[in-house]
Amino acid sequence: MENVLGFVALAAGLIIGLGAIGACIGIGIMGSKYLEASARQPELMNALQTKMFLLAGLIDAAFLIGVGIAMMFAFANPFQL
Amino acid sequence: MATEGHAPTASEYVIHHLTHLNNTGHAQENIVDWSVINIDSMFYSIVIGALTVFLLWKAASKATSGVPGRFQGIVELLVEMVADQAKGIVHSAESRKFVAPLALTVFVWIFLMNAMDLLPVDLLPRIWEGVYAAGGGDPAHAYMRVVATADLSATLGMSTGVLLLCLYYNIKIKGVGGWVHELFTAPFGNHPLLYPINFAMQIIEFVAKTVSHGMRLFGNMYAGELIFILIALLGSTATVFGFFGHVIAGSIWAIFHILIITLQAFIFMMLTLVYVGQAHESH
Repeated sequence: MENVLGFVALAAGLIIGLGAIGACIGIGIMGSKYLEASARQPELMNALQTKMFLLAGLIDAAFLIGVGIAMMFAFANPFQL
Repeated sequence: MATEGHAPTASEYVIHHLTHLNNTGHAQENIVDWSVINIDSMFYSIVIGALTVFLLWKAASKATSGVPGRFQGIVELLVEMVADQAKGIVHSAESRKFVAPLALTVFVWIFLMNAMDLLPVDLLPRIWEGVYAAGGGDPAHAYMRVVATADLSATLGMSTGVLLLCLYYNIKIKGVGGWVHELFTAPFGNHPLLYPINFAMQIIEFVAKTVSHGMRLFGNMYAGELIFILIALLGSTATVFGFFGHVIAGSIWAIFHILIITLQAFIFMMLTLVYVGQAHESH
């Protein structure tokens, strides 16, 4: 029983950690590109901003779905025997 | 569960706040169980849906071309924002007559349901415990979850609704024959050998869009609500550090959560428009 809980805790940590790596790199690249583009063409700043927020949400989606599932594992543990 | 004798432990408190009020009286065991109806999610989504429709109706009925009040101002702002987005994505004006108001309602509805997350964690559940106990039930079993969008069945239900809308527009715009033809020829071209692959790709595309659309809203709201519960645990330590930690961490997370709430409602609306828009263009 303790093994199951230990592995579930490890799994939850890995899910959140690896997901965070992907999401942060993705948003970092997109943010830098957005700043570059708005520096180069300030008039497009508004249009690009709504698209940036939409994409930020989409990039975060996989990460936060993972966080949701990892927290479900942690608290409403389906693996208990 | 927490017997009368001692206060709930940390994990009991968290699990108590994660359990839905459903018709079976205890938490849902297996992942998919069609017999379980989450009464609290249904209640809050229907009440907030009615509130959304009422607010938008009141704004529309009292709209004056003269000097608009603040209430009319914000509704106009919303309508213009949604109309611009819809104009950019859904190109057929005829179906936009239905889709743009739908997008506006979805945005305001999900925003208000998400905003329930900003209420203190124990406010409504504690009131419900009082009512439940007054009704003769055992307060320890009075479960309630206030945020309807943090319920996977609610968000997947919404995204399935969007899927049905997409299927309707696919058939309406392309006709059943045109759509079935597209199902078998879409990504890789019109060659009999490719039919199974094309069909599999189309099915995967529809399923992936619907599941990710629903799970994204669920993941964000579930994680947000859970962090509020964990911060509340900080306060329950009844120490000076715990109390101020609860107040500071809670307000920081609430301020950040306002962005998440608006962003997730905006994204759900945008994707509704994008998916319906995709149903119009042939591949």
